[in-house]
Formats: sequence, structure tokens, C-alpha cells
Amino acid sequence: MLITELKSKEILDSLTQGKVFIINCHGCKEVSFPEKEAEEFEKALGDKVTGILTTDYVCNIDNLPLRLEKHAAAIEAADTVLVLSCGVGVQTVAEHLPGKRVCAACDTYALPGHQGVTPLEHECDQCGQCYLNITGGTCPITACSKSLVNGQCGGAKNGMCEVDPTMECGWERIMRKLKQVDRLDVLKCPIQLRQYNK
Amino acid sequence: MRITELFNDGQFVVTAEVGPPKGIDCSHVVKEAKEYLSGIHAVNVTDNQSSVMRMGSLPVCVAMKNAGLTPILQLTCRDRNRIALQSELLGAAMLGIDNILCLTGDHTRMGDHPGAKPVFDLDSVSLLHTVSQLEKGVDLAGNELVGEAPKFAKGAVVSPCSDSVDAQLAKMERKVMAGAEYFQTQAVFDSEKFISFMEKAKQFGKPVQLGVIIPKSAGMCKFMNNNVAGVHVPQHMIDALAADKERAKAGITSVEIAAQIIKECRPYCQGLHIMALGWEDKVPELIKLAGL
Repeated sequence: MLITELKSKEILDSLTQGKVFIINCHGCKEVSFPEKEAEEFEKALGDKVTGILTTDYVCNIDNLPLRLEKHAAAIEAADTVLVLSCGVGVQTVAEHLPGKRVCAACDTYALPGHQGVTPLEHECDQCGQCYLNITGGTCPITACSKSLVNGQCGGAKNGMCEVDPTMECGWERIMRKLKQVDRLDVLKCPIQLRQYNK
Repeated sequence: MRITELFNDGQFVVTAEVGPPKGIDCSHVVKEAKEYLSGIHAVNVTDNQSSVMRMGSLPVCVAMKNAGLTPILQLTCRDRNRIALQSELLGAAMLGIDNILCLTGDHTRMGDHPGAKPVFDLDSVSLLHTVSQLEKGVDLAGNELVGEAPKFAKGAVVSPCSDSVDAQLAKMERKVMAGAEYFQTQAVFDSEKFISFMEKAKQFGKPVQLGVIIPKSAGMCKFMNNNVAGVHVPQHMIDALAADKERAKAGITSVEIAAQIIKECRPYCQGLHIMALGWEDKVPELIKLAGL
């Protein structure tokens, strides 16, 4: 099981400065989703919202492009696509909207038991401190061999990780996306520190 | 003495690094450092470099200090969590070790204990932040320290010839935010790349020491090109080393190459960091040839 929980009001406010397109994932049944809180939050955003897509299995890459296509105009009109799902859902959406700022509105926490049905392309470590908003939608915990949260180490050779030369350096992917959406400024955010008691 | 005082003084700060032994006797390392490195400002002592288990950095730093040298304690995040790192820093301060270099560290898989647990509770940036907190008299959890707070010259590293210079600059900026006061670089063989990097890095206003490896042979250069991140030895240097094997073996060509890089880069940086990798005896000649 895993639980998704809305991020703090302060963070959500910072993510919803412009127009927002919202994706709610009512997911696999192993995920406990904060439906009531999400509804209240989205209602309060009023006309900032260009559209809402509520679905299950956002991470299903066979269905996602079709689902996004239906809302293409509303997504285009938004400054930010805000995804309310576990980390896998956010990463999948970010990959399918390469030129778009895709942000996570939730933190994901682990509970014992079955972890849900997710594709192999992306992983969520359920760290409870979702970093996807400062990394352009690529998870530094699972895509970096050292799970570095403050930037690339000196160990990437030709863009590949020194630990596993068949794996692209996660921070290369992060930098590429941040450049693409012109958001390198997020790397000036405060020093990040993981909390293992979450 | 903190080496930041030397930078503040406008000096071109020269350091070199030595590795502790895989055993309990460090007298050889200290003797060599005393013999060949006493003319330079400070000596880095590596922390289980390349993830290969050796004697710790701190005891060798103390031995260096007792021998009259100025040691720089290298501290990586690979083997210790935030409690152990802070504890080590307090111990270092008590022993009079006041120069540190904060690194994330190589992954455990790269070394001689590939099955070891990689810790990385902190990284180079959050470690620098932790040191800054200790200097304010509080630990990372906000608890007050008892008595006098430690004070260190806080160093960090950067890789100017990396494939991803933007990522390196972004990380360098975060290190400065976290309290880094000086930088040592990965080995540079391409002066132009270094100079263009320094054009961008000077905005952070922190002294940078050019990193130099004395290239021992053409084979070593090829190995580094294929395996060491952020290091690229140009073909003409490899050719020069291959051309005259006797001169290369005696280290003459090697020292000439390193001295040339130093001469070209010197106007753009504030110091030099030599990674002699066992050729400590060549350091005095290198310093002389580079005109330092």
C-alpha cells in the first residue's frame, strides 16, 4: 500500500501562481488518494484551472497519450500541469509533456504490502518528500545511483552513470528537462535534506 | 592555520594530496610528505579514496600536523551518516584540524568492497551546510553545542572539464550557498576548457585551485580518458608521452606537460592542487618548472 498526501498549502500556492491544468489519479486500489482534500483545493483555485482530468492509472502509457490529447487545448493554456498522484504518475506525465512544467502536488508515503501496479520505466521510492518539482519530473532518488538531491556528482562519463554505464545519469535527464522548460532557476532552491523518519 | 587566510592574503595556494595506507603504519606517507611536500601550503589527506578501504583521513591528518605540515581533512558522505560526520568534525576540531574538503564520495561499487552499503545520507552540499551549522554552534538537528563552536576552512570540489559544465556550475553555486569558501578542481588537461569554465565560475567570488595530475604514461592517459569522469587528456599529450618512453619513464615529459598546463591556467585561478598519485617525489620539480 501507499498513501499520497497533499503537499503543504505554502508549496501548493507556489505551484499555482499561473494557470493550472490538473490531473487527478484515482489510481490503483493500493493507493490511498486524498479525494476530499483534493476537491477542496481544486475548487479554491477557481478560474486559474484550465481543465481537470480525473482518471485511474495515469502511469498506463498505452492510455495516457489519448487521455492527454482530449485535453490538449486546456493543457496548452496552462502554465503548469499539476499532478495529484504517486511519484510514478507525475514522472509518466512529465515524460509525455516534454515542453511543459509538470509538478507534483502530493508526497507519497510507503505502507507495507503490495505497492500497486506500475510500469517499469519509472520508480517512486515513496520517500514522503517528493522532489519532482525541483527536478523537472525526474526522480533523483530512483534515477541517481547515489540518490543525490542537491545536484549532479562528478561521476557522469559521456552522460552515463559511473556505477552503471548502461544507465543515463539521472541528473543529466533533470538538467535537460529544466533547460527545456527554462526552469534552471529552481536549482537555487534551499539546501535539500532527506528525512528518513517520514 | 586555515588556508582561507592564505587566499585572503592574495597568495597562490599550492596543495597536494596523499592517500593513507592500507595498514596501521603511516610513517612512510608522512616521511614522503615531509620530504617532498613541505614546500607547499597544505596537504590533502584522502578519505578511503576510490572507495578502497584504508586508514582513515583524520589520524593521518594528525600525524601530518605533528610532522609540521598543514593537513586538509577530506570528508566523504559515502560511509557515514549525518551523526557520524558531525561527530568526526567535532573530533577534528578538537585535534586542531581546521581545513576540510567536503565531498559526496565515489560509490561503494567502484571500490574494493563493492558489497558495502552506500550511505549518502548527506551529500557534498548538505555536508557543507552541516559544517556551517556547527560553526554557528548548533548541530544539524538544531541542538546547541556545548562550549566553543568549531571553525573550519570549508573546501569543496568541482569538475571544470565535465561533459555537463552547466550541471557543475549549478552544483558549485549550491556549494557556495551552503558555505564553501574555496574549491579544488578535478584534474585539468585542457587549459582552454578550464579558462572558459573560470570565466563562468568567477561570478561566485570564491578562490579556485587548478587540479593537476602528473600524467605517468600514455597508457595511464588512455585509461583516464576511458574511465575517469571529467578527465580528458588531449591526443598530443598522449603522443608526447608515447614518443620517448625513456623520458616518460623518468617523469621528464610528464612534469613538462603538467607544468605547461599550470603556466597556461595560472592567470585565471587562485591556486594549484596537485594529485601526484604516488609521484610525490616529482612535486618539487613540477613547482620549479611551473615557476611557482
